[in-house]
Amino acid sequence: MHELSIVMSIINIAEQQARAAHATVIDEIELDIGTMSGIEMDALDFAWTGAVKQTMLEGAEKKVNRIAAKAHCIDCDAEFAIEKYYDACPVCGEHLLYILQGKELKVKSLVVS
Amino acid sequence: MCATCGCDSGSKTTYKLRDKDDEHTHSHPHVHNHGYTHDHPHDHDHPHPHPKTVVDVEQDVLHQNNLLAQRNRGYFDAKNILALNLVSSPGSGKTTLLERTLKDLKGQLEFAVIEGDQQTSNDADRIYATGTSVTQINTGKGCHLDSHMILHAMQGLKPKENSVLFIENVGNLVCPAMFDLGEKERVVIISVTEGDDKPLKYPDMFHSSTLCVINKIDLLPYVPFDIEKVKANAKKVNHQLEIIEVSCTSGQGLQEWYGWLKSKILQPETV
Ligand SMILES: Nc1nc2c(ncn2[C@@H]2O[C@H](COP(=O)(O)OP(=O)(O)OP(=O)(O)O)[C@@H](O)[C@H]2O)c(=O)[nH]1
Ligand SMILES: [Mg+2]
Ligand SMILES: [Zn+2]
Ligand SMILES: [Zn+2]
Ligand SMILES: [Zn+2]
Ligand SMILES: [Zn+2]
Ligand SMILES: [Zn+2]
Repeated sequence: MHELSIVMSIINIAEQQARAAHATVIDEIELDIGTMSGIEMDALDFAWTGAVKQTMLEGAEKKVNRIAAKAHCIDCDAEFAIEKYYDACPVCGEHLLYILQGKELKVKSLVVS
Repeated sequence: MCATCGCDSGSKTTYKLRDKDDEHTHSHPHVHNHGYTHDHPHDHDHPHPHPKTVVDVEQDVLHQNNLLAQRNRGYFDAKNILALNLVSSPGSGKTTLLERTLKDLKGQLEFAVIEGDQQTSNDADRIYATGTSVTQINTGKGCHLDSHMILHAMQGLKPKENSVLFIENVGNLVCPAMFDLGEKERVVIISVTEGDDKPLKYPDMFHSSTLCVINKIDLLPYVPFDIEKVKANAKKVNHQLEIIEVSCTSGQGLQEWYGWLKSKILQPETV
């Protein structure tokens, strides 16, 4: 359940940033989470509910931008959507892929007051 | 509070340098300051809502881990230490592989070991028995090592210059993939009793590793495990992955592993 330690890191980042902005409340948090970031959304939501209690994120609205993974085929130069590392290139069938996006795991922005 | 990294204490992580036999439980907590201070020159209970402000953060969630990992990496580079992060499911044979390696290469290379387990110092005891200095990290409920734990483990262990540092991660093929420890290479170990679809089930780990050791090949006659299939699956996930087949029991393939290890050691540059 690394999602719990991920949530802890998110709380740290968000509280630090909110305090730096002299805010007392975090109203919204926006996260970028790629589909190949290694995060299970159900596990994240589950960990979130418990972990944000008594933090500035308790009561904050969580917005998640799920970033769909895309890869580039090193063999034939095609660009396409993928779900897994072992997906084959839909054009040439090879597995020499370079992941272009989908591994994001970041705190994008906050709305604080 | 920990002067090195500013962490304040509270986690259940413990560090025990086995070769001195002192339990230096420098446990500290993973900083979540739940109470925050909000210094206001004026005294009031916020009857006025503060205006809403948007803060652009754009920060990687693993930023802190990655920073400390880079710091560890700098330390390793400066001392020419080859740090290897060994990851696998529980019981694939990580500690056994280390025991063999430490015995077989004794006198040829200098070693130090960090053992990561949720509980017990059994693995550190096994390493210590080979005459190698070792620090046991017990993570409590934690299911992976992170760069901050390595930083603290190193303070007691003090690996020598030009040595090989083995870091045996907590047995878990999922989240150790996300946590850079500052290692030079990540080595994923699977054993033939685990099924040949492991790379497809846990692709992140195979994707982020540079070497895959397939252990317990002495058991191949007894288990349905298609070694060519597992290799093909692993290559699908990571086409650059090197693969070495070994048996820690019979010794088969170990020379290839030792060859790989030696090939990774940089000769210190002479100016
Ligand atoms: N037959 C056979 N058994 C092995 C081999 N290597 C290890 N084992 C056995 O596998 C079991 C687990 O080995 P360990 O080295 O403790 O495994 P580990 O990966 O360190 O386990 P954790 O630290 O608990 O994750 C032990 O009973 C070993 O004796 C091998 O090459 N062949
Ligand atoms: Mg072990
Ligand atoms: Zn292609
Ligand atoms: Zn610390
Ligand atoms: Zn700490
Ligand atoms: Zn005020
Ligand atoms: Zn974990």
